[in-house]
Amino acid sequence: MKDLLSVIMLSGIYGLLSASFFVAMDAVDVAFTEASVGAGISTLLMLVAITMTGRSEHPVRHKPVLALAVVIITGSLLIYGTLDMPYFGSADAPVHTHVAPRYINDSMQEVGVPNIVTSVLASYRAFDTFGEVIVIFTAGMGILALLSVVRRPEDVAKIDSLNDSMHEQHLILRVVAKILIPFILLYALYVQFHGDYGPGGGFQAGVIFASAIFLYAMLFGMSTARRVINQSFIQLIAAIGVLLYGSVGVVSLLSGKNYFDYSALSADPIAGQHLGILLIELGVGFTVASVMVIIFFNFAGRRENSQNLEYNNKENKKV
Amino acid sequence: MLLGLYNYWIVVVLMMVGFYIVIAHGNLIKKIVGLSIFQTSVFIFYISMAKVDGGTAPILAEGISQYSNPLPHVLILTAIVVGIATTAVGLALAVRIKEAYGSIEEEEIQKKDNEDC
Repeated sequence: MKDLLSVIMLSGIYGLLSASFFVAMDAVDVAFTEASVGAGISTLLMLVAITMTGRSEHPVRHKPVLALAVVIITGSLLIYGTLDMPYFGSADAPVHTHVAPRYINDSMQEVGVPNIVTSVLASYRAFDTFGEVIVIFTAGMGILALLSVVRRPEDVAKIDSLNDSMHEQHLILRVVAKILIPFILLYALYVQFHGDYGPGGGFQAGVIFASAIFLYAMLFGMSTARRVINQSFIQLIAAIGVLLYGSVGVVSLLSGKNYFDYSALSADPIAGQHLGILLIELGVGFTVASVMVIIFFNFAGRRENSQNLEYNNKENKKV
Repeated sequence: MLLGLYNYWIVVVLMMVGFYIVIAHGNLIKKIVGLSIFQTSVFIFYISMAKVDGGTAPILAEGISQYSNPLPHVLILTAIVVGIATTAVGLALAVRIKEAYGSIEEEEIQKKDNEDC
């Protein structure tokens, strides 16, 4: 397919389909994340990117035979490799033998949270998740370094007026969005704080929260959204999320326990676990939501700048 | 009963589709889409390993004894969000390349690089 728009739309549909795969295979938390990330945010970011890089692909001149041969050889080797794998759904596969039975049998006594995925994510493997949060934070910093633009004040006014003229026409969408956005934000908070008991948690909540802000920014214009959400404030929130996460670990270190051992947080170990998981999920939610917002705002800001440049060039030609 | 392995074959097919897109196309955005298909195939691989016949989602409840393995779920849950963050960095690089070279086609970028030397 030469049209990148349809390629991206298809990949969004593919994201939604794979989310339904995950539901069919009992991974509700993962399905939740994939539905909001794969079908929502990644499609949106790719669309913003193609508005800047051009919509169509140049025809390929070289022959794809070599690539096809490489792919077929690798694929058949991989299929040959699967012949020794345990069958789909078998309960005695090696993956189910090491730590997993302990998580399933003991997590209620040790952590006291019904959702095992949350207790593994935020308690047993909290250090691991800390690393993931730092990777997300670093990606946010990378986007800032690559795409952030400094504007002159006279450009800002021009971009704002361009923006407003572009968004005035979507009246129905704006009214519907105004009704929807509070509910999306509320739902994000529910997912955030109910993650102990049902599917959900900081990662999903952060993404849903950010998508409400994206919706607002798309329909009311970037300049309005920028007035509502201060950029340096959101960068501060991203850093605070990581700091909150790390400092929970430091508190348990200071009270003589291991890093991320939440029993240090309270006299009752189960209450300590609950508090620790709550704080950590909050840190994750802060960082994920604000990094997503940073990514989107920088992409869109870059795009506005290039539009403004084009506009200026046209004006100059006329003169 | 080789058919019991069908989940791995689906994964391999998806992975090869992604791999083919990455190596056969010159357009950088298409390469990123291919990478994300490749990535999702790995997600499906992990989640399908976690599935246990007759098990349910790993949320503890009364009267259920068989659960799917929660560990791969945790790993993939975080990997998805990290994946979108890294994809965004890739897209940002593509945007910067477009600004610097005026194109995101691999061949044209290489041609320009050769002219500069």
